[in-house]
Amino acid sequence: MQVTINDRVYEAREGETILEVALRNGVRIPNLCYDRRLAPTGQCRLCLVEIEGARGLQPSCCMVVRDGMVIRTSTEEIEDIRRTVIRLLLTEHPNDCLRCEANGACALQDLAYEYGVDFPQKPRQPKFEVNEQDNPFIVRDYDKCILCERCVRICSEVQGANALTVACRGSESVVSTFLGGTLMDSPCVLCGHCVDTCPVGALVDRKRLGCGRTHDFVRVRTTCSHCGVGCGMFLLVRHGRIVAVEPHHASPANRGSLCVKGRYAYDFPHHPDRLTTPLIRRNGELQPATWDEALEYVATRMKQTLAESGPGAFAGWCSSCCTNESNYLFMKFMRAVIGTNTVDNCARNCHAPTVAGLATTLGAGAMTNSIAELQNAPCILAIGTNMTETHPVLALRVRKAVQQGAKLIVADPRRTELADLATTYLPLRVGTDIPLLNGMMHVIIKEGLCHEQFATERCEGLEELKAVVAEYPPERVAEITGIPAEDIINAAREFGEAERAAICYTMGITQHACGTDNVQSIANLALLTGNVGRENAGVNPLRGQSNVQGACDMGGLPNVLTGYQRMDDPAVQAKFGEAWGCDMPAEIGLKHTEAILRMGEGQIRCLYLMGEQPLLTDVDVNHARHCLERLDLLVMQDNFPGETSALAHVVLPATGWGETDGTFTNTERRVQRVRRAVLPPGESKPDTWIICELAKRMGKDIGSGNAKDTWNEIARLTPTMAGISYERIEKTGLQWPCRTPADPGTKFLHADLWTDRKAKFMPVHHQPPAELPDEEYPLVLTTGRRLYHYHTGMRTHHSQGIDDVAPEELVEMSPQDGQNLGIEDGEMVRVVSRRGEVTARATFTRRSPVGTIFMSFHFRESPTNVLTNPVLDPKAGIPEFKACAVRVEKVGETAPTPLPPFLQKGGDDRG
Amino acid sequence: MPMKDPLARRWRKGGPGELRRPDDGADLSLLEDALQGLPRNEMSVIPALQRAQEVYGYLPESVLAQIADELRVPWARVYGVATFYAQFHLKPRGRHIVLVCRGTACHVGGASEILGALEERLGIREGETTPDLMFTLETVACLGACALAPVIVVGGRYYGHLDEAKTLAVIDMYTDGNAAPEVQP
Repeated sequence: MQVTINDRVYEAREGETILEVALRNGVRIPNLCYDRRLAPTGQCRLCLVEIEGARGLQPSCCMVVRDGMVIRTSTEEIEDIRRTVIRLLLTEHPNDCLRCEANGACALQDLAYEYGVDFPQKPRQPKFEVNEQDNPFIVRDYDKCILCERCVRICSEVQGANALTVACRGSESVVSTFLGGTLMDSPCVLCGHCVDTCPVGALVDRKRLGCGRTHDFVRVRTTCSHCGVGCGMFLLVRHGRIVAVEPHHASPANRGSLCVKGRYAYDFPHHPDRLTTPLIRRNGELQPATWDEALEYVATRMKQTLAESGPGAFAGWCSSCCTNESNYLFMKFMRAVIGTNTVDNCARNCHAPTVAGLATTLGAGAMTNSIAELQNAPCILAIGTNMTETHPVLALRVRKAVQQGAKLIVADPRRTELADLATTYLPLRVGTDIPLLNGMMHVIIKEGLCHEQFATERCEGLEELKAVVAEYPPERVAEITGIPAEDIINAAREFGEAERAAICYTMGITQHACGTDNVQSIANLALLTGNVGRENAGVNPLRGQSNVQGACDMGGLPNVLTGYQRMDDPAVQAKFGEAWGCDMPAEIGLKHTEAILRMGEGQIRCLYLMGEQPLLTDVDVNHARHCLERLDLLVMQDNFPGETSALAHVVLPATGWGETDGTFTNTERRVQRVRRAVLPPGESKPDTWIICELAKRMGKDIGSGNAKDTWNEIARLTPTMAGISYERIEKTGLQWPCRTPADPGTKFLHADLWTDRKAKFMPVHHQPPAELPDEEYPLVLTTGRRLYHYHTGMRTHHSQGIDDVAPEELVEMSPQDGQNLGIEDGEMVRVVSRRGEVTARATFTRRSPVGTIFMSFHFRESPTNVLTNPVLDPKAGIPEFKACAVRVEKVGETAPTPLPPFLQKGGDDRG
Repeated sequence: MPMKDPLARRWRKGGPGELRRPDDGADLSLLEDALQGLPRNEMSVIPALQRAQEVYGYLPESVLAQIADELRVPWARVYGVATFYAQFHLKPRGRHIVLVCRGTACHVGGASEILGALEERLGIREGETTPDLMFTLETVACLGACALAPVIVVGGRYYGHLDEAKTLAVIDMYTDGNAAPEVQP
């Protein structure tokens, strides 16, 4: 289709608007109310154009192009109207550009400049007073509002929070929340979309007030440090500080969206508690040391231990928050310098069952499809994922899909926000995922809704699967799960009848003693319905940390090297042995959860930690602490002292996010750049430098630590990433597998299952959680994350404002449980399990089912993992974080109980 | 940023995840009948508000929230609609609605003085309602009854050719409870 704009012919696509064609081709049409992410409303009247043959002028943002359209974007009549619109807006606008935060980034200012319009001579009275002091992140000044409604629309159409509306009418119209309250009293999730889209200075970030205007900043493109969605963002840097964050609108993972953590939890690198100098424990106290002393000390002690007890006495845990390059060098250090495969990362505590379960069924353990595809899936099954809190930006795609009419089936014991969005909500009992999935498959098979051709020809083991799921008729499943049989049948039909269906899952599936079986059960369902290896479908484990995918990809695991090349494959061993110039350790290493037991037994004497804080995240932390206390050498390399420094013998200050060059791999396998924007505090050094220096002192050269050189080494040794180079991912990341420099990357995995290889059904039976409620411990405790914090809160507790909106741990319980226990909403309670007790504030919520309480693990004051059950999944070694039996007791006082002693010693005063 | 109110250090939605529902004591059980037969979607917002206002006499905050939940529409959107239309009232209305005409003829005839006298007697400003919920005082651009100027309407009844004293006498009738017919809220 062709259209003529201002006498030039342009190619147009079906369904495009005139404004879109113009923008794409660099033709300027002024506008104020247009945002690419929103449905056009045509209300600012600035984008008017003349269309030949049409009556009157038309708003170009709303007009869909037709073939042969002849358009003029600028005539005398149009320019007059625009000038008038701008003049009218300025008469209603305060004349304070000199001190406005948006100065230089204001669309109205730009238009006034372009059209030569001044403020009116007569000063105006302010229309609205600003008096909203309770919001740490967003400042609303509706005196500057031009009523384009972009904030209202983005809050509704993109974020779905629906906090805003336009209230009143005529000259009194004002953007408002329900009853005109503050944002903090509204459903606002503080994502900052409204600030991002506001074309003027009516909405600005509070944290950057007075920190500079747009021309003052250096903008550094990087990837978010928080969750695995891997949102692209710009760091706005001035005077060596990160003063604000703006979303990257062209980034495929987030398309201009961010959540509260990404947008507002960015200033932790500048926190005064940062480690700034190496520390060595002398006479029981950590004392400052030079890098030379610290590295020499570590090298000497390591060499000594190596000589005495051999490489089996070592363990190293790398981190999902460090770059790919750091993780690679770390595991190279452990394998090539120390000579052990006992390397692991915190994925052991989250998605280890995914890696194990999907490898046996599909052939690779990663999110099969891409984030953007979820938006176009006609049916989505979200099981065990509270994604609106844990992966907020990814959840926007699911929300969009639902808005477009997709079916959303949510299976979760808690009635999460996602459950409110669902077309079918299945409130299953904790730990009954397998019966539910088997029940759904039972119905799908019975009603002939399976993908016959794929299930029979492209998969092995269909008969075995049929035999197992035959034992799970809906009536029996209803008994086990607590979901009405007809809901199970409905969900199965919705899923089975959908032309394509995607499954998303998170920790609700994996953090069980049967985690791997849960994952396999999910894979079975996807295979049975032919939803693997196709666009807009797939099995999508949403990865937790910013680089947990990368930490695993880099071989930060005891059994594989980069790109999941098996450690026990002689060819792989030979390749790496040659490249690294060493003898590769042959024996598969110990998993995190196994290694910690060996520490307790005294067999592992030396632990090297990079960016890990096991004393908050590990299951049954009291036991974990006893084990770590027995170590002869605990080397900790991190940004903040955290809990572990109380036990560490040597503390090495590492540079963190915002100070380090490298790459992160997000949940959709996209390798993206992270960049250094500011200088690190004190003498902190990059992880890569520390590891390489340490290696040198141990007598081995493992490289320079330069990020780009390290990546090139990774690419050389890893066939699935051989095509990825820093040059290619300068602007946009690439999704592995990407095998050659011309390979565009892989949007979805397993397309070859339809042609070349076969998948495998792994039928599984129900296994109840290891610890079920009884008389003494009558409640089920399930754990997870919350929107405002990330994991141990290393980043969120150290970012201004987050603790103001989410200050403490909460025990979420149903009002009925609360009443039965005789406690009040908001009262301090003691939660007791067989392993320990924790004090926190109770909160009543309809989101918790009767008999189940929920806590997060973000707060060191209430270390929830004191309670959790250390029973392990035999296949993946993941502990059962998601289910343990507890009782809740009244404390009878309002103050929290004192911290456990090992947490008091941390020297980490968070304020 | 200094937080003014220490109580502001509380959890936001997303953690415990519940919005504070306005508590104004309105009997929400009356809504069930009022909303009978309305499709549960955004198209029903205006009729639902109209029906609710018939029941309660105005739109209490808790009723707005309840209507929003019933129709599965965001609270904020219902608030936007309710504040847009002049026919909806978010504050309680008096038993007797006093409308003072401010048309040209009435203005010339002393409408301002009449309004002033009413404001003084009732102790409220234009647009407000007396604390005993007896009177709501409003003005109107022109009632079209210029022959009666200056004119006011109380409870749907027209009173013309007024001055300040006569106006107060009219109000006295309603205060004493003698005037008829009364308009039920």
